[in-house]
Amino acid sequence: MNFVKAIVAAGLVAASTTAFAADITGAGATFPYPIYSKWADAYKKETGNGLNYQSIGSGGGIKQIEAKTVTFGASDMPLKVEQLEKDGLVQWPMVMGAIVPVVNIEGVKPGEMVLDGQTLADIFQGKITKWDDAAIKKLNPSVKLPSTAITVVRRSDGSGTTFNFTNYLSKASADWKGKVGEGTVVEWPVGVGAKGNEGVSGNISQTKDSIGYVEYAYAKQNKLTYTAMVNGAGKTVQPTVEAFQAAASNADWTHAPGYYVILTNQPGDKSWPITASTFILMHKEPTDKAAAAEALKFFKWAFANGGKMAEELDYIPMPDAVVKLIEKTWSSDIKS
Amino acid sequence: MEARQVCPACRWSKRGIGVADMAVQSDVGAAEAVGPFDRARALSSFKLGDLTFYWITRISAISVLLILGGIIVSLIVGAWPAIREYGLPFLWTQRWAPSADPPVLGALAPMYGTLVTSFIAMLIAIPVGLGIAIFLTELCPQWLRRPIGIAIELLAGIPSIIYGMWGFFVLGPFLAYTFQPFMIETFGNVPVLGAIFAGPPSYLSLFNAALILAIMVLPFITAISVDVFKTVPPVLKEAAYGVGCTTWEVVRSVVIPYTRVGVIGGVMLALGRALGETMAVTFIIGNSFRISSSIFAPGTTISAAIASEFAESDGLHQSSLILLGLLLFVLTFFVLAAARLMLLRLEQKAGK
Repeated sequence: MNFVKAIVAAGLVAASTTAFAADITGAGATFPYPIYSKWADAYKKETGNGLNYQSIGSGGGIKQIEAKTVTFGASDMPLKVEQLEKDGLVQWPMVMGAIVPVVNIEGVKPGEMVLDGQTLADIFQGKITKWDDAAIKKLNPSVKLPSTAITVVRRSDGSGTTFNFTNYLSKASADWKGKVGEGTVVEWPVGVGAKGNEGVSGNISQTKDSIGYVEYAYAKQNKLTYTAMVNGAGKTVQPTVEAFQAAASNADWTHAPGYYVILTNQPGDKSWPITASTFILMHKEPTDKAAAAEALKFFKWAFANGGKMAEELDYIPMPDAVVKLIEKTWSSDIKS
Repeated sequence: MEARQVCPACRWSKRGIGVADMAVQSDVGAAEAVGPFDRARALSSFKLGDLTFYWITRISAISVLLILGGIIVSLIVGAWPAIREYGLPFLWTQRWAPSADPPVLGALAPMYGTLVTSFIAMLIAIPVGLGIAIFLTELCPQWLRRPIGIAIELLAGIPSIIYGMWGFFVLGPFLAYTFQPFMIETFGNVPVLGAIFAGPPSYLSLFNAALILAIMVLPFITAISVDVFKTVPPVLKEAAYGVGCTTWEVVRSVVIPYTRVGVIGGVMLALGRALGETMAVTFIIGNSFRISSSIFAPGTTISAAIASEFAESDGLHQSSLILLGLLLFVLTFFVLAAARLMLLRLEQKAGK
């Protein structure tokens, strides 16, 4: 019996020491997972501290931080200020990305086709069913459009990408807002559903005369035919890092309590209209103060050193002014 | 229950003595050399070993019941909010709008997709599967029997995700650009059939999923049919051949009637698999919560809906997905229970 006790005691000691030197734990959105894991890798090499991030989806991240099973949660969908207050959470944007419409029409090259928000909403709502519809023709007088049926491809799984895309369509079309709305999963009027950004990319490259939406990185990697968009200022913009940055810098973070800014349809002549940011959630009064301090150290390091890595993966780093604001929020709001 | 508890006890005591006796006989020389043989001690060590073994196996067996019960209870608990909110109309509500406020959720579209894909799959798999089984048992030359048998077994061993990928990259484009346009062209203007084979062609469709399911359940039907066909007494078949029956007549009038219940049991097992198949179907069905008369339109099944939406769901939405799972559980349970019952009846018949 003594032997068993000794083993149990040894096990407990081992468990508690590993817990002491534990990695920073976080869970949530899949959208920023590539950049978080890249940062974590570099951070570990530099400081020896690891990060354990589970990309279980935004909804799961919010649930886990509310249950305090992780040090930070990550979500593509910002929480409203009231909910932050209620749960005692602090929220800030960590990194930004962009969503692009992609098409597969014979003879149409990347960036050649132009769409605006209303037309995009009408296509995804099934009101525009053929590629040579008058509304599309008007935006693309020089593009040769076939008279074929449009196959709409969208996400079948719940996703922050869908949230930001449908949020944009809701801003662009009153009818979409009333009938479909925004969310990580919505009641799609038409189209086929595919799982994940990679599923949509695969479907688009397989299906003739299709249209879908993916994160910019996926469009680039899979050499999909992305379209240009008419932005809120009425200007036609191509999906480029400059256009994404323009949207990010035109966003008014200063006057948004809880950084509740959804980056779609931002003002500015050069702004890409479907830009998105992903958020970090932490408790104002963390139960494990040491772990929270470690997590903040990591985020501070990422803001200071992670910009280039983010750009390599087609994410957009937060502007310096916003980072300063966020760091101020940390010191004033988080007690660690 | 009482009899069962007593029975193993008397069994091990009897067997213990027998084994001990044998040991004494064979080790007579050795036992004499080291002193008198302690019979009671040897017996008690056998007893302990047997008792331990009996309890280990018993606990393993009971744990299955506990796990099954636990799954049912947790499904019901998880589905409870949705059951209370929607009640019975959940079964015939077509709309699935998790983002609406309040969310409107109904199981009709996934249930329809599950039943239609399984039905079409069975429609294709039953004749083909039976055909293979008849060929293998009645007509196949000896040298070909093994290759075909092994191919069927391999088909059963392929992971479902591989079927999904094959359906997506190979079968889908063929259906969408060759087969479906042909069907739509041919039957498009025929009443009823025109609605079933309506365009536009799409390579993510109920039909594509059903075809993949048919290939996946084929080995079940074939393997079980081959086994039950072998139970037909040769004397029956020989008598039929003796009075001048053709092979077709022997199969139709002797083999099939004799094994009918067993074949139906195998078909039910296959149906159970088709109803619950998830990964391959999610890949190629199109995940669309709409009911369309055309089998070339995208749809969804219960398992595909759960697989694609569960990760980002919460509240009533998640509860409804769990309720969908419970529905599938009940549906599959009844199908499998029916299969067991039929196989049981066949065994009784064979025993007579």
